[in-house]
Amino acid sequence: MSLQAADAQLLEVSLGPQHPSTHGVFRMNVTLDGETIVKLKPVMGYLHRNHEQIGERISYIASFPFTDRLDYFCAMSNNFGLALAIEQLGGIPVSERGEYLRVIMAELTRLLNHTAVTGFLLNDMGAFGTPLLYAFREREKILDLFEAASGSRMMCNYVRPGGVRQDVPPEWLRQARQLVDGYPRFLDEFERLLTENEIIRQRTQRVGILPKELAVNAGVTGPLLRASGVNYDIRKVDGYSIYPRFGFKVPLGTVGDVYDRYYVRILEMRESITILQQALKDIPESSPAISPKGQALVRAPRTFRPPKGEAYGRIEAPKGELGFFLVSDGSPQPYRYHIRSPSFVNLTVLEDMCLGQKVADTIIILGSIDIVMGEVDR
Amino acid sequence: MLPSLEELRVALQGLLPGVSLVVEGNALVVEAKDVIAVCRCLKDTERFGMDYVANLTAIDYPPDRMEVVYHLYSMGKKQGPVALKVKLPRTNPIVDSVTPIWRGAEFQEREVYDLYGVTFTGHPDLRRILMWDGFEGHPMRKDYVPEDQDAPEAAPHP
Repeated sequence: MSLQAADAQLLEVSLGPQHPSTHGVFRMNVTLDGETIVKLKPVMGYLHRNHEQIGERISYIASFPFTDRLDYFCAMSNNFGLALAIEQLGGIPVSERGEYLRVIMAELTRLLNHTAVTGFLLNDMGAFGTPLLYAFREREKILDLFEAASGSRMMCNYVRPGGVRQDVPPEWLRQARQLVDGYPRFLDEFERLLTENEIIRQRTQRVGILPKELAVNAGVTGPLLRASGVNYDIRKVDGYSIYPRFGFKVPLGTVGDVYDRYYVRILEMRESITILQQALKDIPESSPAISPKGQALVRAPRTFRPPKGEAYGRIEAPKGELGFFLVSDGSPQPYRYHIRSPSFVNLTVLEDMCLGQKVADTIIILGSIDIVMGEVDR
Repeated sequence: MLPSLEELRVALQGLLPGVSLVVEGNALVVEAKDVIAVCRCLKDTERFGMDYVANLTAIDYPPDRMEVVYHLYSMGKKQGPVALKVKLPRTNPIVDSVTPIWRGAEFQEREVYDLYGVTFTGHPDLRRILMWDGFEGHPMRKDYVPEDQDAPEAAPHP
C-alpha cells in the first residue's frame, strides 16, 4: 500500500474477541493510520458448534430447541422459520389460531429485538446504562408474556409445524393487548430522548454509509438494507403465513447511515404495533392452536418421514432474511439441514462501511448492523 | 412473473447456445464450467434480474458426488427463487466463484470451502471462516469422524 511509503506508520490492532462492544466473541483485525481504518478483516467462529451437523443427526422436531440458541434474542422467529421449512417439505397445514399466535409472537420478537438493539447502540456510543435500561425495562414485559405462553423467557421452543406447541393461558391475550396499547407511549418517550437529540445526530449522521447498489449486491437484508432505501421486506414479497391480511407499511431510509438504521428500526416497531393490534383483534377464539397433522408429528417425531425433496423456507426475522434449507431422503432425520443467517451475511459489508472512518465509528457501525454471534457462528 | 423452471431452461438455452441444462426436482442443474455464464445471464437479463444470492450451500453425497446449491432471488423485480445446482466430484471439487458477480456469496463460499472442502476459483479471499487455520478435514462431510471427547489425551500438557 502506498501509505507505507509516506512517513505515516500503520498499526495493526485486534479489536476483540473479549471486548464488550463486539457483541459477543467477535474479532476485527484492523489496520490503522492514526485513528483512521485502512483495512478491516472480521474473524469469527469462536462460538461455532456445528449446529447443522447436530441437526442432521436428530429428528426434525428435535432441532427446535437448538434454533432458540441461534439468535438468542429472537427465539420465537427462529422457531417460525424452521417450522415454515418443515411445513413446505412435509405438506403440513397450519391451524387458524396457530397462524395468528405465530404472527403475534414473531412481531413481539421484532419489538423486543429492535428495542434492545437501540439500547445497545446507545451504549456503544457512550451513553452508558440509561437508554439500555429503559429498553430492557420494556423488553422484560415482553419476556414475561413469552414466559407465560411457553414456560421460558428466552429459549421459548414454542412454534411447531402446524401451529404452536400449546395454546396461550386464558388471560394472556388481554395482557398482550395491554402491552401493545402501552408500547407507543414508551416509543414516544424513547424518541423524545433520542430522535431529535443533537449529540446523537452529530454522532450518527453520515457515519457508515452503505450505498444502495452495494447493499443489494452484498445480499444484505433486514433493517440494514431498508435503511439504504431498498424496499425489500419478505413479509410483503413472499406474503408467507397470514401477513397479507394485515395492513402495514415498510419504512425506508434515504441516506443509509447509522442514524437511518436507528430510525428505520423505530418506525418498524410502530408498524409491528399496528400488525399486533390487528392480529390481537382478529384472532379466532375457539380453534385449536395446532392442526391435527402437526399434533401427530409433535407426539411422535420419529414417525415423520417427509417425501424425498428439498425445501427452502425463509422469513423476515428482526435482523434480516432467516432461511432454512432442508433436504429429505425419506428418513426421520434431515439429510441436509442448513441455516442462512442474516447476521452472518450482513457482516460482509462491515469493511466497506468502516473504511476511512475512525475507530470509535467502527464500534457504532458494528452495533448498527445488529449481529448476534450465536447466529453468525452457528 | 418468473417463468416455470422448464420455460426458464429453454429461455436460458436460447440465450446461451452450447450450455447444457437439466431440470431436476425444483432445481436447475448446471455444469461446473457454465456456472459463471448462467449466473451472469440470470443477473444481467432484464426479465430475470436475479440480483441477490440468498443462500449458497453444499450437499455431500458419498461416495462420489458433491452438490453446490444456489438460491437466487430478484430484489428489483421481487421474484424468485431460482435454485441452481452444480454437481461436482467428491474428491477435489472445484467450481468457479460467483463472488465477482454477487458480493453476498463471499462469506457463504468461504463457509462451504471450510466445512465441505469445495474450492472456489476466483474468490478474492478464500480462507477458513468458522474453523481455525490449521484445522484438518471438513466437518460437514458425511464421513467426518469427530474427535472423541472422552478419550484420554496422548500426552500430558508440557
